[in-house]
Amino acid sequence: MTVYLVTAVLLFSFGGFFSARRKAHALRASGPIHSLPQYHGIRVALWCAVPALLILLAWTAFEPRVIELLVRSYLPPEFANLSEAEANLVMMEIRSLAAGTFGISSDQAYVEDAAEVFRSFQKISDYAMTVSVMSFAIVALLWARTGVLRRYRARQSVERSFNVFIFLSSLIAILTTFAIVLSLLFESFKFFELVPLTDFLFGLDWNPQIAIREDQGASSGAFGAIPVFAGTFLIALVAMLVAGPIGLASAIYFAEYAHPQVRNFAKPALELLAGIPTVVYGFFAALTVAPLVRDLGIAIGLEVQARSALAAGVVMGVMIIPFISSLADDVINAVPESLREGSYAMGATQSETIKQVIIPAALPGIVGAFLLAISRAIGETMIVAMAAGLNANLTANPLENVTTVTVQIVVALIGDQEFDDPKTLSAFALGLALFVITLILNVIALTIVKRYREQYE
Amino acid sequence: MNEKKVTNPALEVSDMQAYQDVAGEVAVEDARVSCRDVRVYYGDKQALFGINLDLGSNAVTALIGPSGCGKSTFLRCINRMNDTIPNCRVEGNIRLDNQDINDPNSDVVELRARVGMVFQKPNPFPKSIYDNVAYGPRIHALAESKDHLDSIVETALKKAGLWKEVADRLNSPGTGLSGGQQQRLCIARAISVQPEVILMDEPCSALDPIATARIEELIDELSENFTIAIVTHSMQQAARVSQRTAYFHLGNLIEVGDTEQIFTNPQQQLTEDYITGRFG
Ligand SMILES: Nc1ncnc2c1ncn2[C@@H]1O[C@H](COP(=O)(O)OP(=O)(O)O)[C@@H](O)[C@H]1O
Ligand SMILES: [Mg+2]
Repeated sequence: MTVYLVTAVLLFSFGGFFSARRKAHALRASGPIHSLPQYHGIRVALWCAVPALLILLAWTAFEPRVIELLVRSYLPPEFANLSEAEANLVMMEIRSLAAGTFGISSDQAYVEDAAEVFRSFQKISDYAMTVSVMSFAIVALLWARTGVLRRYRARQSVERSFNVFIFLSSLIAILTTFAIVLSLLFESFKFFELVPLTDFLFGLDWNPQIAIREDQGASSGAFGAIPVFAGTFLIALVAMLVAGPIGLASAIYFAEYAHPQVRNFAKPALELLAGIPTVVYGFFAALTVAPLVRDLGIAIGLEVQARSALAAGVVMGVMIIPFISSLADDVINAVPESLREGSYAMGATQSETIKQVIIPAALPGIVGAFLLAISRAIGETMIVAMAAGLNANLTANPLENVTTVTVQIVVALIGDQEFDDPKTLSAFALGLALFVITLILNVIALTIVKRYREQYE
Repeated sequence: MNEKKVTNPALEVSDMQAYQDVAGEVAVEDARVSCRDVRVYYGDKQALFGINLDLGSNAVTALIGPSGCGKSTFLRCINRMNDTIPNCRVEGNIRLDNQDINDPNSDVVELRARVGMVFQKPNPFPKSIYDNVAYGPRIHALAESKDHLDSIVETALKKAGLWKEVADRLNSPGTGLSGGQQQRLCIARAISVQPEVILMDEPCSALDPIATARIEELIDELSENFTIAIVTHSMQQAARVSQRTAYFHLGNLIEVGDTEQIFTNPQQQLTEDYITGRFG
């Protein structure tokens, strides 16, 4: 029903565009007009479509609730005695019956009657909606078309509509972000009602339990986040130990040594690495690197667990290399040529110049790049979900199995969930903590990078 | 007035060409740097057409001429800075104390320690004032001890006339100084390794008149100990600081001589046109 209605409104709107434009063209033929014909066309089209579609939207949003209220007043008194859950069930039955869903029937006669009432209300509502939407569209079209006059500033009103449109778009973007953060906060509060904040922040034991039976206490799990965060940072550290030196060295090579032709070819090739989906890195880590690390460890007599922080960290490091390399390359390129010349003119060699002038000059930007990379590493999920462990293990030994914040969030939300269960809610608390950490890292990094840019402008 | 040599030189960069008729004596008796037939190419494009010029010991030679005539290119030949530009080729013979600086056996690092350079825009390193001046002595291992290094830094800063202003903040960043102070810091950095020659490429063009006057004074003092070549766009500056002046035009040396003579009695029409402001 609504689909036809929307199509009809849009058709009218198109028609309004062409008719208003033709009218404006005709006006222009007999003398100058203020706005170009297509602005008149767009203005009329907008007037025709936007209010009518807004009415349609509001109608479809409120219709079910209004009808339900009306139907309830038709139900016999025994309905009022039902509990809320049962009442909802009955209403659902009524709605299904009204919609004519196959195979639904009810043993209660009044339900059948109510469905009939429901259906008739819906019919009335549909007629009313069609009539009001279409008449609004037509009236608005005709009214707006009378505004196609020589002096009318259609261009300005189109401009205003455009402003409103882009403002609303950005508002939606901002509000959704806020809504996500708010829901994160809200759910985290629920978690902290069940588990004390201090236990979460300072506890050394992470062992969330699913309530398998009704009577099993929700508090049977342990929610000390320290081992989880320690695991996250251990893997991020391994990743940075891999990606930091390699990324920086390759950035120096590209910025200072590479022949332009090599650079033009190799830089995009390296950036291609950044385009590999992390899930691919993930199974690479789990199936190739982890066994390799284990075999190597055994060969030199070390005890390496099958899922080691080392394997996950190394692969994550490889993933981050292009990120660091390309950020650091930009930063190094931004070091003014005059500093290089100054150093060469003092008789410094190229590597002396890089070590003593270029790196110190680029240092703030490089630090910023590293911080951004770290915040990426701790937020990374897929690689660790596949290659790191599931059990929280408080250790600094990268050959052991550790788990990360992101993995625990995944684990908490996989399978059957109950939304008042601390295990499920712990995902929100972990998410909130992760959000705060990466936010702080990003703010610091961006401040440093910005200050660095200003220094050379 | 004597008859000017009337010439019909190329005035368009597109038809730059060799122009052999140089007025004045290119050679000097106590030459420290001696250039013969220096030709420079940027890729296919020739920028210098056989320059012959000597820089006298402990004297200031000013290089003047319209923009793009090759003054910087010539200056950068003397410390081989053109080596750092890909596809730039330098031909001809340049001698420092009678040694060929382009000899395959000569060391560019050593050359640059002997021929210092000061650039148009002050370019202190993002390091402390002290570390800026100590940069050269450190990479060339000139100091035997920390005290020795301190004294090298102090001497250089004193010679550059900056010591009094920065003595109490040697550890603050060099980039925090004013433009004129930064340029004097760069001069201190250049003289810290005791070069024989100092090349200055428009060292005052980014500075205000007061800072410019200080640098000019400084150049005058430095000329007692150093051989200096300075590129400048200001006739007055050339007249004030230099003993000899060379006029470049579209990749050629047109005229060279005592500064006073060039400004009062130029031999070539082109030189006269330039210094009287008819073009440039
Ligand atoms: N790096 C370069 N690559 C190509 N051409 C250059 C380069 N530097 C200078 N040139 C050219 O060489 C000529 C001389 O330039 P330059 O020595 O900078 O002149 P000046 O310092 O007298 O203004 C100009 O035509 C200029 O375009
Ligand atoms: Mg120049």
